[in-house]
Amino acid sequence: MVDVLGGIIKAFELIATGDPTLYGIVARTLFFSSIAVVLAMLWGTPIALLISLRNFRGRTIIKAFFNSLIGVPTVVLGLVLFLIFSKSGPLGFLGLLYTPAAIILGEAVLVTPILISIMSNAIEAVDPEIMNLAKTLGASESQAAIAVLKEALNGVLLSNIASFNRAIAELGVALLVGGNIAGLTDVLTTAISRYTARGELDFAIALGILLMLIVFGINVVLIMARKAKMLFTLWRNPQ
Amino acid sequence: MITAELKNVTKAYGDKTVVDQVNLQIQEGEILALLGPNGSGKTTLLKILALIEAPTSGVVEFQSEAVTAKNAEQLRMQSTLVFQKTTLFDSTVYSNVAYGLKIRKIPREVLDEKVAKALKLVKLEGFEKRPAKKLSGGEQQRVAIARAVALKTKLLLLDEPTANLDPKNAAIIEEVIAAVNREDKTTIVMATHNMFQAKALPHRIALMNEGKITEVGSPADVFGNLSRNLARFAAVDNTFAGTAKATAAGTTMVDIGNGVQIEVTAQKRGEVSLFVNPQDIILSKSAVESSARNVFKGKITEIKDLGSLVKLKVNVGKPFTVQITKRSFIEMGLNLNSEIYIAFKASSVQVL
Repeated sequence: MVDVLGGIIKAFELIATGDPTLYGIVARTLFFSSIAVVLAMLWGTPIALLISLRNFRGRTIIKAFFNSLIGVPTVVLGLVLFLIFSKSGPLGFLGLLYTPAAIILGEAVLVTPILISIMSNAIEAVDPEIMNLAKTLGASESQAAIAVLKEALNGVLLSNIASFNRAIAELGVALLVGGNIAGLTDVLTTAISRYTARGELDFAIALGILLMLIVFGINVVLIMARKAKMLFTLWRNPQ
Repeated sequence: MITAELKNVTKAYGDKTVVDQVNLQIQEGEILALLGPNGSGKTTLLKILALIEAPTSGVVEFQSEAVTAKNAEQLRMQSTLVFQKTTLFDSTVYSNVAYGLKIRKIPREVLDEKVAKALKLVKLEGFEKRPAKKLSGGEQQRVAIARAVALKTKLLLLDEPTANLDPKNAAIIEEVIAAVNREDKTTIVMATHNMFQAKALPHRIALMNEGKITEVGSPADVFGNLSRNLARFAAVDNTFAGTAKATAAGTTMVDIGNGVQIEVTAQKRGEVSLFVNPQDIILSKSAVESSARNVFKGKITEIKDLGSLVKLKVNVGKPFTVQITKRSFIEMGLNLNSEIYIAFKASSVQVL
């Protein structure tokens, strides 16, 4: 019989005493996921702008493609990336397998479809005349695109949060291309699986609690930020 | 001096030609009105002049320089277009008005002053910090006008700037248009449906129909000699073409088709064009006896909310535009397809 209660108590002790291994994993996870989202933003934003603002042949197919990729099992993507990064794979020469860079790249690829889908929906909801408006006021093509993104700000933020949530909570990619090396490439999800397998339940439970806290925390901050913005607007502009 | 010129300009979307072989010179300092029915290509023509749509064929020249894909972005700085449907950035009034100035890299100290000046012109002083999209429809359109005139471009393009506005807001905007033309010598091209605007503001009128410019001339010319086109194209609300005949009672009856006969006071015979001011038409739910010589029964086919006013289209065989206050509209309990009587005096009908 596994001592669950004991594990929980010990888990809280670990959290409370600021165990360096525990918080090392948390810090690494946050870092990897953040950089992954930034990377996905870098290549996802132009694609989202393109498929939502330009009318071209095959646009619907590209949208459907990204939409269907949202649901891809992370293990399958992890396997594909493993094959690409492995020594005999096309990118094997980079020597990225089992490095933090592999996890970051892998998670960036993983969250790209969700980022593009949410962002392009948000951009499509913006009044199509905003682009022309910015242009007739003197904006260049790229300045006009930025004006459109600003109008879609809520959707852009949502796409980032959703991407971050997906990156932080996934297991397959981090496990297969990161290798779950303690202190180097282990993240919250992979570390939980490792500690559980080893029977070190206190650590697994502590990590599980922290992961949940982070995910909840992000969503609370998001809701608060929306409320704060609303309150701020009301305060500045009493009706 | 010519500010802008269109040479054989055609714009097609797929196999639909929206602007067809248009040649037009816009003189420096003039106000030119584009008059034409919905779908005649006015908006597309304005977008081509604003250099935000490239023509399918033909040449656009700006101050004698041919516009190309290369220089369009630069030349676009010299003109600006105010859209018919008010479009605002979802931010403060200040950010909206400052947008184009910031793109032109106007220094901060001058920026505030320019924004304040533009807002004063449209009578929205002190509105800087208000969220633009929370303003009333008329105020929003005034912000859009302020945002355009703040740039002091050589060419100002206006797409039905006062359509769907109540007379108070419309008057403010008309004043601004006249003022920037008079004081800053801004060249203005505006599309309009409004008879009085077309008569009072512009120096020249271009009549547009089915993508073509059919006539260009002074308001006196267009409303005089060319009035047949004006009525036939329904370029402005409540203009009708018909045949005038004398009645036994010595008045004049004009048959405008579909069984609609309008009594007028003018002693004209033969082919004429008529105009009835939407504000001169009285609505009633039953046929009331009155001094109005023209009473017709019809159905409401369109309702447009203009804030304190409501604009209705009533089909009595021919479509009439009627403007009434929101209060009367609510008290009369009107709806789409409501049966209604319209009435107006013979002396309210202008025979062109």
